[in-house]
Amino acid sequence: MSDETTQRVRATLKKRYLKEKLFRGFGITAIAASLGFLVILLGSIIYKGMPAFQATYLKVDITLNEDTLGVGGTVSDAEMQGANFSGAIKSAMRDRFPDVKKRKAKKNLYALVSSGAEYALAEYMINNREQFGQTVSLWLLADDEADALIKRNKDLSKPIRRGEFKNDSSALVTRLNKDQLGWLQSFKDAGDTDVRISSTFFTNGNSREPEQAGIRAALVGSAYTLLITFALSFPIAVAAAIYLEEFAPQNRWTDLVEVNINNLAAVPSIVFGLLGLAVFINYLQLPRSAPVVGGVVLSLMTLPTIIISSRAALKAVPPSIREAARGLGASPVQVVTHHVLPLAMPGILTGTIIGLAQALGETAPLLMIGMVAFIVDIPGSVTDPSTVLPVQVFLWADAPERAFTERTSAAIMVLLAFLIVMNLAAVLLRKKFERRW
Amino acid sequence: MESLSVTHLTIVILLLTFLYFLFGRHRAYSVAKTNGGLKGMHSLPSHYGTLVALWCAIPALLIMVLWKLFEPAVVDSLLASSIPDAIHAQGEKSVSLYRNEINNAVDSGKIDSLLDPVKQATATRLDGLQKNATLGLFVLVLCTAIVLGVLALKRITPKLTARHRVEAVIKGFLLLCASIAILTTLGIVLSVLFESIRFFGQVNIFDFVTGVKWSPQTAIRTDQVGSTGSFGAVPLFTGTLLISLIAMIVAVPFGLMSAIYLAEYASPRMRAIVKPLLEMLAGIPTVVYGVFAALTVAPIIKDIGQSVGLSVASESALAAGLVMGIMIIPFVSSLSDDVITAVPQSMRDGSFGLGATHSETIRKVVIPAALPGIVGGVLLAASRAIGETMIVVMAAGLAANLTANPLEAVTTVTVQIVTLLTGDQEFDSAKTLAAFALGLMLFVATLILNVIALIVVRRYREQYE
Repeated sequence: MSDETTQRVRATLKKRYLKEKLFRGFGITAIAASLGFLVILLGSIIYKGMPAFQATYLKVDITLNEDTLGVGGTVSDAEMQGANFSGAIKSAMRDRFPDVKKRKAKKNLYALVSSGAEYALAEYMINNREQFGQTVSLWLLADDEADALIKRNKDLSKPIRRGEFKNDSSALVTRLNKDQLGWLQSFKDAGDTDVRISSTFFTNGNSREPEQAGIRAALVGSAYTLLITFALSFPIAVAAAIYLEEFAPQNRWTDLVEVNINNLAAVPSIVFGLLGLAVFINYLQLPRSAPVVGGVVLSLMTLPTIIISSRAALKAVPPSIREAARGLGASPVQVVTHHVLPLAMPGILTGTIIGLAQALGETAPLLMIGMVAFIVDIPGSVTDPSTVLPVQVFLWADAPERAFTERTSAAIMVLLAFLIVMNLAAVLLRKKFERRW
Repeated sequence: MESLSVTHLTIVILLLTFLYFLFGRHRAYSVAKTNGGLKGMHSLPSHYGTLVALWCAIPALLIMVLWKLFEPAVVDSLLASSIPDAIHAQGEKSVSLYRNEINNAVDSGKIDSLLDPVKQATATRLDGLQKNATLGLFVLVLCTAIVLGVLALKRITPKLTARHRVEAVIKGFLLLCASIAILTTLGIVLSVLFESIRFFGQVNIFDFVTGVKWSPQTAIRTDQVGSTGSFGAVPLFTGTLLISLIAMIVAVPFGLMSAIYLAEYASPRMRAIVKPLLEMLAGIPTVVYGVFAALTVAPIIKDIGQSVGLSVASESALAAGLVMGIMIIPFVSSLSDDVITAVPQSMRDGSFGLGATHSETIRKVVIPAALPGIVGGVLLAASRAIGETMIVVMAAGLAANLTANPLEAVTTVTVQIVTLLTGDQEFDSAKTLAAFALGLMLFVATLILNVIALIVVRRYREQYE
């Protein structure tokens, strides 16, 4: 009898072990795939974003005199600023390629240099007055299309990907035409192209020209918004958590508060945007696009997260601490402010940092309250129109110029770097101050 | 100028408050001296100081807030008499236009730039009213602060239960902060509901919920074709469901299997490394997933589709759904991980004792025991998928297609809310209000999912505790 059972079990054993292996395999595959997604995601962003931290410069011999600039060498700085630097650059380009005659061809030639180069040149002239009247070799910022080709070290002799070469994957994807590629090649052959590490990306505001666009305005906007979010959500959340953990009586109101907090934590973020639009913008008439409104909306959104983690931190403080303090004559409020709160603070701060990291990456509610504006100037206060980093990413991702793709990815890298730093800080804080009772 | 004076006033009140704290504490010490030392006092000197400071600050700040709330309305009604009757007769719009012009002139301090003497007179009156109001506010608030502070100082006696009173105020403040959650919910419900009711005044609610044509463009002239737009939301609902379904098809198997492996098979070291990495997926901002979906995944899917001869929209539901699924994996896995580890070890031991393999134990014992919790987690993830905005805004389409083909472009509720509300808009048009009606649907749908999930999870948790 038992022999027969053993036989039957033995017969199926191989199959069962195979199934066991398969099941394990599925598990490992799932984990590997999930981590693979993470790697692909980060990898594609880093690959696309790295070039944004570099910029291509073209060496051009520019004659700086009264003929080209239209002003004398001794005029005031303001007048010098208004001189015809773009004309000087154009004539320098013409001198380099004297056989370009047609109007349209000349225009194409000028397009190789960024429209921002004239401002850099003006600054150079003001700081180097002694070079007035001379011809100097200067490195000028290249236009985004030229920049993309030089940075990626593309073979400029290849056909352009349009017309008959539409499906040729080795052809160049560019807006430049054959002539422009030729001129670019001659710059390259003469060694007059240079790819340098550039800080423009961090020092400029937004711009219509990809090679001049930067994230400074968005960074400042994010900082203001986050500051407001912290200033509002931290004290309110801590107070709410203290009330619910330490003082709340068991009644309907307390239950209602708890249910509400749990539900708010799962409400889609865009709904908070609708609240912000209806209440703060339309009803209270607060300024659109302002960090102060964005901060209020985001703090309402992050409150549940911070309250929940603060409650966990308060709960982790053992009752014996409270009893000892009470026994020594402290009032309930003194017990909390003198003993429980300081002990729970590392946990509360950890939760707050994680909540703020969430707020930093949030986009949808801010779109609702109009923080999608095109911001060139660095906002000076919390009521100035501004944008934030994730919204900047969104705007650039939508932009038609291909060169904005690398800016998009680079802005994401900066955003992720901030998030990683914040999360690391939270982890370290927990590790350093966590106490096991 | 106006807001500046409020800031100044607030600073002055805060300074006064601090001074009163010092006075109160000092007075408590001197009262104590004549009454047999600090032992004779009910509370600590700092409690008395705080009580005095509170008496100084709270009523004054309250008055300031109330004043600022009612000031515009009062100034408005006082000013109405000096607006010419001719303009009143032209209706509400021209009155507000007139007011705007006056306001701008007064705010910029250029009353003289108004050419019309009638306007100038109104502007001067407004300027005077505002200056008087500010002056009145200053006097009233400062008097309240000083007088109440002095009265409170006078009342310091050894028997005054200062600590109890201060702590009552603190507890009241804590309660207030906790109640902000309720206020927020109320604010969401009211703002969304209010606008939705106005929308359903213009568009039949039945047409909205059952109509299959969505084209919210309202024409400028009423006699144009399609002047009213059509607000049939069914294509949005199906689009949302299609994308969420694709996301769940990706997220549930991957998330669940990762959770099972991590909870049952993985060594503690592997768990310690892999779990935070998986949670990183949850920490990445959704706009990043949106960029990934729109610029990386969608073109790849399109290329693959074309190479096998399928026509794939460049904003296919598949791309958005896939990426959303990746985003949701960590939600499913961490929630499932929690419930799987909560299944008592004795149940596993029992199964092992009967000769089951590990995978048989998991499939026949652990998963059935953890099922309610897993279902709860999946529901929470689904509600997250329905409410997700940025991925679909960037990677899904704008045109409302009623289709179940994942290779076509569909639009979702959240995409439409964003499209209808970004940029300048007239706040009363059906187009704008429609966004709030969609918001209401979204809020209700996610709320129901969340409540069911929370109930399921809680019931499950009680079972094993």
